[in-house]
This record gives sequence, structure tokens and C-alpha cells, in this order.
Amino acid sequence: MSQSEQEQTQPKGLKRFDLQVIASWIKPGSRVLDLGCGEGDLLFYLKQNKGVTGIGIEYRESKVALCIAKGLSVLQGDINEEVLDYQEDTFDYVILSQTLQQVYYPEKLLKSLLAIGRKVIVSFPNFSHWSIRMQVLLTGMAPKNEQLPYEWYNTPNIRVITLKDFRKFTRDQGCKVLKEVAINTHHHNTKGHIVSFLQDWRATYGIFLIGKGDKK
Amino acid sequence: MSEYIEHDIGGVSVGMVEKKYFTFAEPPNPMILESSACLGPITIAYETLGTLNKEKSNVILILHALSGDSHVAGYYSEADPKPGWWDIMVGPGKGIDTEKYFVICSNIIGSCMGSTGPSSINPASGNPYGFDFPVVTIGDMVKAQKALLDHLGINKILSVIGGSIGGMQVLEWVVRYPDMVVSAIPLATTTRHSALAIAFNEVARQAIMADPNWNKGKYYGSSKPNLGLALARMVGHVTYLSDEAMRRKFGRRLQNKSDFSFNFDADFQVESYLRYQGQKFVERFDANSFLYITKAADYFDLRRQHGNGSEAEAFAKAQARFLVISFTSDWLYPTYQSRAMVKAMKKNNLDVSFCEIEAEWGHDAFLLPNQRLSALIRGFLGRNFDELN
Repeated sequence: MSQSEQEQTQPKGLKRFDLQVIASWIKPGSRVLDLGCGEGDLLFYLKQNKGVTGIGIEYRESKVALCIAKGLSVLQGDINEEVLDYQEDTFDYVILSQTLQQVYYPEKLLKSLLAIGRKVIVSFPNFSHWSIRMQVLLTGMAPKNEQLPYEWYNTPNIRVITLKDFRKFTRDQGCKVLKEVAINTHHHNTKGHIVSFLQDWRATYGIFLIGKGDKK
Repeated sequence: MSEYIEHDIGGVSVGMVEKKYFTFAEPPNPMILESSACLGPITIAYETLGTLNKEKSNVILILHALSGDSHVAGYYSEADPKPGWWDIMVGPGKGIDTEKYFVICSNIIGSCMGSTGPSSINPASGNPYGFDFPVVTIGDMVKAQKALLDHLGINKILSVIGGSIGGMQVLEWVVRYPDMVVSAIPLATTTRHSALAIAFNEVARQAIMADPNWNKGKYYGSSKPNLGLALARMVGHVTYLSDEAMRRKFGRRLQNKSDFSFNFDADFQVESYLRYQGQKFVERFDANSFLYITKAADYFDLRRQHGNGSEAEAFAKAQARFLVISFTSDWLYPTYQSRAMVKAMKKNNLDVSFCEIEAEWGHDAFLLPNQRLSALIRGFLGRNFDELN
């Protein structure tokens, strides 16, 4: 968290700001598994710029097809099941970006990810952002914002997570937080900056780098 | 499969191609088959398209399905009414670009399309083999194809591609000759037939063998078991389509009539279609070849042959990068079978991509124009070509 609160310049080819931060954490030449990889923007960037060997998992056929047509290795399937087939420490990094809030069994999934990857990167929308707190307080209704744009009855985001919640979760799971960054994004998440003051209130997303704990 | 062959809508074609032959395993060196029987000499029909580059790094081997042949794309002559069976996929600028790649399509042994099979002359007797032809396996077919590639001086294949029984050959290639294969695309296929698939094949075989003209395989030079073979083809066609495809294609529509005939003529369009396909098939296919090739497909079991019963162990020797593709409405080789092979590949740390393409046309979807399929294959091949060169 030594990085200053200044606007980050956008690396070529990566639109989403949280992915720019994640990409900056990946060591060149590493093996990466990207869960819920969408159209493969992050994998493509990492392959082109960091010589990364990447695999993506995505359940939507149209997105999978786009990824493979781009020359990426991507499997169509459910992340909860697909992660079970790999051997221990197959990957240097397993990335779960903006998907945790949609996972039914986060404990089980995190355990699987820490088995197949040396390190796990998790990003999620921070539910304790001031705008969300204010909406609940003032309107008394389920909050909506750019990061969580759905109604309560049609949202795929079934888990409500805050930065504090996630820190506690990692402690309970006995794993180590190696790096943690809170970001505030705007312009459809294409621009943003790192937040170091009043993170819990001001961050739209949290990004965590997690390693295996001492005890398994 | 031939009923789908059409001229490319865009009019793009690789142009004129030539059917070529290669003969090997001449006496006294026959090929020893998996059954321990000997076969020789063996002729293989094949076709090549595009140009082999100097580094010999642009070779694509295409393997055909049950009733296919070496004529994958283009035309034999100006007067040809139809191009090769995968003309929509193979040609200049197409999914498999003949401007970029050197494409080889090899016929299988056991076939009646130019390669040695039951309708070929048995040198021992001077008559067609008939049922004296030894039972061949998918492994035997691949061994013969390897002899062809050796003859052509090729020791690295950029990609081995095939659907259905062609896909079985793809899987056999990657485990039998792992050093040669850079990448592989098994389409709409399986590492082993389900009981359902074997059952339909057996019904088809019984239809042929119950035809009095079949005469234990000795019918060359006399009346052929056309009724049995046509019936076998009709059964096959049902398995290649899907409920959705048949509803769309035929529904309950009647054929050239407004009411039932109240006899056993072909009232429904689907009846008429199946009869027509059956009759057309007997003109170009040999009943004994049908028996031998379906048997080879039923025997194919990658786990048993290469993995001591384990799918994961079967792929232990493989080194290729994979693109596995299945189709949503394919109930002959359902997606769960593709997923099982993907799982086994992952367990071996192999680089594998998998996509289940949404298509309503059943098992035959891989032969039909599909932009998504073309884009997937083009992207996958392009990447492998770039990384090899």
C-alpha cells in the first residue's frame, strides 16, 4: 500500500482498471488461471506483454468462442467444477476477478484455488462504499451503483462482501494476505486510483493477493 | 455425410485437386494388424491441398468419418457437380486456410473409396477379399496414415483434425505418435462408444447381414445387399440428426400429398428423406466396408488400449495442444464424453481448450456451415502456427 493516490495510466489493451492493477502484480513468464475470464482481455494482455502461459474458464459459449478465436486457451465450464481437475500448484496465480460475489460456496472454492495455485488473486466490489451505506441509510432500499447495478430480485451477486469481511474471511480460512489494494473506479471502471485513506468507505473494489497459510 | 456437400456460397474454392495413391506393406513385409493378422500390400488414397513450406511446419492432417473419403475440398474436374466433403471449411481464407497450410486428407483402410478394403482384390485369391478381409481397428488406420506421412517426408504435423470417427483417429494419433503432433482438434467425438452408439451400429450391421444378397460378404460380381445397406444408412441418419433438427426439417409434413395414403408408401417427408438417403448411399458405398468401419469404431477404446482402463492414463503420453469441440444437440457423442476427455487432458497438464457449440443439427453439426466453428479453428490453428514458426 505504498502506492500513492494518483491516477494510474492505462496499459495498452486493458480497459478495466482493476484488471490493470491485477496485471501489474503478475510476474512475467508465470502460469495463470483466470476464472470467469469473459472475452479474455486480461489473458490476452498477459500473454502479449508478460509472456504468461494462461488458461481461462468461462461458462458462456459466445465468450469462450471469442477467446479461442483470439488464440487463447479457454475451457467452457463451471468454475467450481473445472478447478477440481488440476494437480497441486499447477499455477503461479489463480485469478478470481469480480466473481466471488456470485459464488455459492466461497470457502470451498478458495480452498480449491489455494490447492491448484501458489497464489490467488481475488477482486470484488466493496459493499461498504459510502454511496451504498448512504443509500441504505437514506432510502431504506437495497442499494445500487455502477459496480452493483442490479435490483435485489435479479442480481447475480448473491454475496454481500466488504473489505473488512474479506480480511476476516482470509484469517478464518488460515491463509495469508500478501498484498491488498483498495481502488476507486469511475468512467465505467476504465479509470481509477488506489485508495489508501478511509478505504472501507471510499473503495469501489478490493483486490487481494493471497498465499497459503502456514497451516494447511 | 455427402448430402450436406454444397458449393461454397461465397464461391471460394481451392480449385482442382487430384486423387493420389500410395502403396506400401508389399510382400514380404505386410503390416501386422492389432488383431495379429497380416495385411499387404496396402494402398491408401489421399489428397493434398496448398503448398508445403520450406520448414515443413504447416502440415494439417484431416481425417474423415464413417462414409467420407480423401476428397476433402475442391473439385476433381470442371464438370464435378459437388466439391469435397468439407469444402465449407477447407480452402483459401476459410477456417482451414489452404493459402497458409498444407492440407493432407487420407482415406482409411477398410474403406471402399480407393484404399485397401474388403472390396479390394485379395492377392492370395485374385478375387475381392469380402469377409476374408481382416478386421481393422482405428489404431491400424492410423498406423497406415503414418506410413503415408513417412512416404511424404513429413515428421511434424501442425494439427490433426477430424470429427466423429475422424475424431477417434485424431485421438489415436496424439497418443500413438506424440512427438509428431503439435496440436489436435477432436470434433464431436469420443474416446469410446457408449452402449447406445454400439447398439445403433449393431442394428445397422444386422440390417446388412440379414439381406440375402449379402451372402456372408461374397456378393461382388452379383447382386449387392442394397436393401440392407440402405436400411443401415437410414438408421445412421436418425442418429446423426436430433429431435429439434427433425422437427424443423420435416415435422409431420406429408410428402407430395394432402392426406394419408392408407398404405405403406412414404407418406411423411421424413420417411421419404430416409428412403432417398438410403438409396443414394448404396450407389457410392460398399456394404462390407460399412461393417468393417463401424466395427472399428465400436472397438475403439482409448482407455483400454492406451490407459489400462483409465482415461487420464490414456493421455499420459500425449504432448499436443488440444481444441475439443462438442455440439449441444449431438446425442450420439454427447458433450459429457468430450468433457471426460478434457478432464483427462487437464489431469495430464495438457494445454486444452473446450467449447460446446450451440447447434441444433445433432451429430452432423460439424459438417454444416458454422461461422463460430470456422472462427474457433482458424484462431486455434493460427496460434499454433505462430508459436511453431
